Amino acid sequence: MPDKAKIILEHLSFYYGPVMALKEVNLQIRPRQIFAILGPARSGKTTLLKSMNRLTDLIFGTSHTGHIFIDDREIYDSQISLPELRRRVGMVFDLPTPLPLSIFENVAYGPRLKGMTQKQPLEEIVEKSLRSAVLWEEIKDRLSSSALRLSGGQQQRLCIARVLALEPEVIMLDEPCSGLDPISTASIERSLTELKEKYTIILVPHNIQQASRVADRVGFFLSGELVEEGSSYQIFTRPRDKRTEDYISGKFG
Amino acid sequence: MIISRHTTQRLAKGVIWVAAFSTLAVMIWILLQVLVEGVPLLNFKFFLDSPRQMGRTGGIFSTIIGTLALTAVAIVIATPLGVGTAVFLREYTRESRVSRMIRFGTDCLAGVPSIIFGLFGFVFFVIFLRMGWSILSGGLTLATMILPTIICTAEEAIKAIPHSYREVSFALGGTRWQTVARAILPNALPGIFTGVLLGVGRSVGETAAIILTAGSSLLMPTSLFSPIRTMSVHFYILAREGISMEMAYATGAALILLILVINTLANWLLWRYVRRVGG
Repeated sequence: MPDKAKIILEHLSFYYGPVMALKEVNLQIRPRQIFAILGPARSGKTTLLKSMNRLTDLIFGTSHTGHIFIDDREIYDSQISLPELRRRVGMVFDLPTPLPLSIFENVAYGPRLKGMTQKQPLEEIVEKSLRSAVLWEEIKDRLSSSALRLSGGQQQRLCIARVLALEPEVIMLDEPCSGLDPISTASIERSLTELKEKYTIILVPHNIQQASRVADRVGFFLSGELVEEGSSYQIFTRPRDKRTEDYISGKFG
Repeated sequence: MIISRHTTQRLAKGVIWVAAFSTLAVMIWILLQVLVEGVPLLNFKFFLDSPRQMGRTGGIFSTIIGTLALTAVAIVIATPLGVGTAVFLREYTRESRVSRMIRFGTDCLAGVPSIIFGLFGFVFFVIFLRMGWSILSGGLTLATMILPTIICTAEEAIKAIPHSYREVSFALGGTRWQTVARAILPNALPGIFTGVLLGVGRSVGETAAIILTAGSSLLMPTSLFSPIRTMSVHFYILAREGISMEMAYATGAALILLILVINTLANWLLWRYVRRVGG
């Protein structure tokens, strides 16, 4: 019997003004797995991620119908604390987004917001997070230098470490390897596979091959609709839907 | 007549060079005029002695203190107000009727001649609030005068912060205020600083509004309620009343040096800050 679902989407539709970005999505995401969201551009992948930590709240004129439950709690409930939700559901963006601070302060940013000020616990959590993101060995001697001086791949792993420092339950990654070389990509994929031991990971892969390499389950989206969802093996070998098959085999995309 | 592309190109280049160099020339000419006449009269005694015989002899110490005090009051009041307004306009409200009204108000304020601010300050601070001719009245008046500049530059500085900084800060569990305080303001600081420096320049150079609100006393101020004379006002009175042209030039030269010192110091502080943050 697989684990109970961590995240449940029920009839979720999402709108930017009058434009529909997600259409009646029903989906269950289980813990300690990598769930890959596959689909061409403008199929609602980023919207789906950002609706799960309510970053879409920053955009004016959005609305939704349906429900998102995380651990059986409706996250659009008015009682919910947004900073709390975003700490539980961490997000890594498609481009590396280090803040113009030192490496240390970038990772410590989240814990500091939470009110952690003492040096020692901060140092511990920074080291732990950087180790989990497979970055520690490369930069442990220059924690106080600017994060902007890191390479693109290092910056992206820094962003992963920054999310890990929140001690989240869910980690969402939106094409985290889009600007990266194959070596950096490989090291990020390696860290993802390690991280799924502890976290629920939702990944928008930057290509189909990446999904087939790391994902446990895959959902294929097209124009805001969830076309098909299944195990990675099933989706890549015996897709049920013709559109999924066409996308996987590269007929469009 | 047809002008070839090549000729147009050379013409344009010529006009642009003339524009740039005449600006430079005018600036150098003004500076030289004042410095050549004034600098030979400068010495330590001039800076540190009090003015005597209406400024005919002695130094300008009390006017330096007056200038610094007045500018400091203006900046200390206008900066938090201006930056607060800019943060409100950029981070706490969308484009709306209220934000448009505030912007229209600041634009109007920016276009008002300084003597009108002086009159307002005189009627409101000096008389109605009974602050008299004082550093406080003058500082408050200057603050209202430089407020639009500070709001405008701070808004531009905040606007220039990449949207991703906000998104990241919110995504890491930041509240709106934490995002403003930790991700936005520290990075907007250099731009905000520029606005504050412009404000300093305007405060130091102002005369009309100051005579009406801070007076023109040559006595050493003892509190925020003391009337003072700033260096610009001193310069104006020395020249206008024909008291001493030499002393006027010397004061002018000292004023230019003071502004240079303030700007250099400010740029140095800013440079150190930017380096620490790591650009």
